[in-house]
Amino acid sequence: MNKRKLRDFIGTKLMFTVTIFASLLFFAIFLILLYKSIFILETQSIAELLFSSLWNPEKGEFGLYPIIIGTILVTGISLIIAIPISLLSAVYIAEYAPGKIRRVIRPFLDVLAGVPSVVYGLCAFLFLVPLVKDVIAPWFGIESTGLCILTASVTLAIMVFPIIISLCVESFSAIPIELKEASLSVGATKWETVKKVIFRASAPSIISAVLLGFGRAFGETIAVNMVVGGIPRIPSSLLHPGQTLASLIASAYGEMMSVPLYESALMLVALILFVVVLLFNVLAVVVLRRAKRRWSY
Amino acid sequence: MIKKSDIHIHIETKNLNVYYDNNYVLKNVNIEIPTKQLTAIIGPSGCGKTTLLKSFNRLLDLRDNIKTSGEILVDGENIFDSRVDVPDMRKKMGLLSQKPYPLPMSIYNNVAYGLRIHGKKNAKELDSAVKHYLQEAGLWNEVKDRLHDPASRLSVGQQQRLCLARAIAVEPEVVLCDEPTSALDPIAAQQIEKLLLKLKKEYTVVLVTHTLRQAKRLADHVVFLYFGKVVEQGPADEVFNNPKDPKTKAYIDGDIS
Amino acid sequence: MNRRILEEKIFKILMLASVFIVMGSLVIIIGLVVFNGGSSLTIEMFTQTSGGGYYLGRGGGILNAILGSLFLALPATALACLIGLGIALYLQREFTHPRISAFIRLSLDILWGIPSIVYGIFCLMIMVFIGIGTSLLAGIIALTLLEIPIITRYMDESIKMVSIELKEGAYSLGSTKFETAVKVVRRQALPGIIAGVLLGLGRGIGDAASILFTAGFSDRIPGSLFDSTAALPTMIYHLYASPYPLVRQRAYAAAFILVVIVLSISIVSRALSKRYTKFVIR
Ligand SMILES: Nc1ncnc2c1ncn2[C@@H]1O[C@H](COP(=O)(O)OP(=O)(O)OP(=O)(O)O)[C@@H](O)[C@H]1O
Ligand SMILES: [Mg+2]
Repeated sequence: MNKRKLRDFIGTKLMFTVTIFASLLFFAIFLILLYKSIFILETQSIAELLFSSLWNPEKGEFGLYPIIIGTILVTGISLIIAIPISLLSAVYIAEYAPGKIRRVIRPFLDVLAGVPSVVYGLCAFLFLVPLVKDVIAPWFGIESTGLCILTASVTLAIMVFPIIISLCVESFSAIPIELKEASLSVGATKWETVKKVIFRASAPSIISAVLLGFGRAFGETIAVNMVVGGIPRIPSSLLHPGQTLASLIASAYGEMMSVPLYESALMLVALILFVVVLLFNVLAVVVLRRAKRRWSY
Repeated sequence: MIKKSDIHIHIETKNLNVYYDNNYVLKNVNIEIPTKQLTAIIGPSGCGKTTLLKSFNRLLDLRDNIKTSGEILVDGENIFDSRVDVPDMRKKMGLLSQKPYPLPMSIYNNVAYGLRIHGKKNAKELDSAVKHYLQEAGLWNEVKDRLHDPASRLSVGQQQRLCLARAIAVEPEVVLCDEPTSALDPIAAQQIEKLLLKLKKEYTVVLVTHTLRQAKRLADHVVFLYFGKVVEQGPADEVFNNPKDPKTKAYIDGDIS
Repeated sequence: MNRRILEEKIFKILMLASVFIVMGSLVIIIGLVVFNGGSSLTIEMFTQTSGGGYYLGRGGGILNAILGSLFLALPATALACLIGLGIALYLQREFTHPRISAFIRLSLDILWGIPSIVYGIFCLMIMVFIGIGTSLLAGIIALTLLEIPIITRYMDESIKMVSIELKEGAYSLGSTKFETAVKVVRRQALPGIIAGVLLGLGRGIGDAASILFTAGFSDRIPGSLFDSTAALPTMIYHLYASPYPLVRQRAYAAAFILVVIVLSISIVSRALSKRYTKFVIR
């Protein structure tokens, strides 16, 4: 009898401990990154770090501006490519495709979602890079190595597809059939029903799918690192190389220990990544709560 | 009027109030449930019967939005007292819910689960105990060849009897039943009713029911609940044949439901 | 009227084009991996460790990376599974106030979204601070942290689905909270728990960024927890652009094996969760 109580007590305490551990992990990462970035923040102001274009770690110059621009470009373009394609595919899969095709496509999407990012990077390197270098860049009369913003964006877009598509298909399929019938029975075409009823009714899920896609694109390190070119300069066109925040950290592997303040600068970059993810998650919670109230069916 | 001294009171509530959020569900409930009798709690849908039943073994604790005040005495001891060992107290009260919820394990383990956690580990003893309680619940002959099948594969009626076997296997003193026959077909329902009549010889049985006829068939003692208030309680024949409150009469005559 | 039908047609074409693009990219990826990887696969790839480095393509296989990946991902997943199960069970209402669990869930979601490179650099810093530095152990810790939010949230979602009536059944038999959680709720949520663990495993075995700094790289099979080790993803990352075909082939072979592993995990996941739904009560 007492043994049971003891087991209950110990078990509960253990569970409590790991839960505390997980909650602390969150703060621990934040605080340690902050603590480590203080060294560089003491020598340079945050504005200087964020808006200076000079990135020369050897000379002690840590301007992140070109890298931030690179990140925004790569993430933004990848989402501009991924969102419409994913939404249209999701509509097709959920509403138009015959059952057989639907059943085939689903596992394919799971496969796409499960492929490790380093494999995406490798495939982009083997396929997209030569394509951009030999076909696309010459079209525009630009010389490019193929390692550029555009290649990275397309790679990321492909990585984001399965995330947005599977979440959207799930939510489109969950809409009660009566709702669709109501729209069709007043004479709307199928596409009009999609536009006016389905998109609206599943707006909260679409928003969260896009936010998840953003997270994936924004934080992707390895695949981007393999094809973006890795040059911390503001690219003069999309066919020129650039650098992103996450990829910068990976590139600096090995060098960072030898240059003073370099490590601290990288911690600041990690901190920025952390804070952006944090803000977007909080934003997602707020937006979703609102969207749910507004578009609930 | 019955004389209090004639019967033993097993469960007693004193000024029991229950709120879900701001929904006042049980209002100043004072009832007495006699030992080794079958007490039926009747009343229209939504009047708080399930809530009352589940307050007896503090299952309401599992819900987030609940607030309770008052006392519930089981064998004279207040179950809300901080010294009470809740799992032990719950062990004394078996539960048979509206829809059967067997545990996610085999038929055998459903019965053995309670025995094991309360210290019976010996395989031989377990086998014979499981057999005994399945027999008590009238299920043994139907399942003896597939004891290790998942319980989810039984029919609903069989699942309900399995839940009964599971409940009595831990040797409770009270069996709480929440409309145990409402999900069953008439024959399965009859089997359960027969079992309940057998059970009340050894256990205090509290039965929440929707059907008046069932209450008439089975009950020794009746509590009539209406919008969270106890309107009438007493021996079954008195309440049914000679209701004192006009609301009880209306309910029994089928005028309110 | 005509305009509406035209719009319908145009969008239908766009939709088909989109599906074509998505499926096409998958076909290209699989094609590249199978073609390049398949032609690089030899028996030696599985039986020999890497010889020479990036520039000196002295042949050899990827045994060290295969084993390294297993040594990293399996313990990490086991740890994350234990910790995640503890957290997920503890987030139930009987243990934690719903408001606090909502907060913990949010912080887990944020942890899920944090780029894996951040875990890598965080762990490296901790390990350097402790005085261990780049090692198998550091890699395991980084992967564990990476997998915890994934596994926990997955388990949590399926534990949340366990009906209150089922728990009532267990409690009314006199079970303690811990017994109910570990014996009943865990079983009922098992299919979801398994899916979560395998998802975490797939994520862990494929992630390069978190182990890049922490596990390091080496041509040998790690002899102890404190040795650096190669893994399949880092092998790909370090060797894919080598000027020597022999070295590049190691990257292709690693990619092929990695994809096969990830695919098998997802197939196993489907099969297992079907098998374990047997006991689940609906
Ligand atoms: N979890 C809950 N949250 C909020 N209100 C609840 C909850 N459960 C029950 N209620 C409300 O409490 C009241 C009493 O519910 P209860 O289930 O006890 O009624 P009942 O008499 O058992 O009804 P029935 O005969 O239909 O089973 C009802 O008005 C119901 O709406
Ligand atoms: Mg009820």
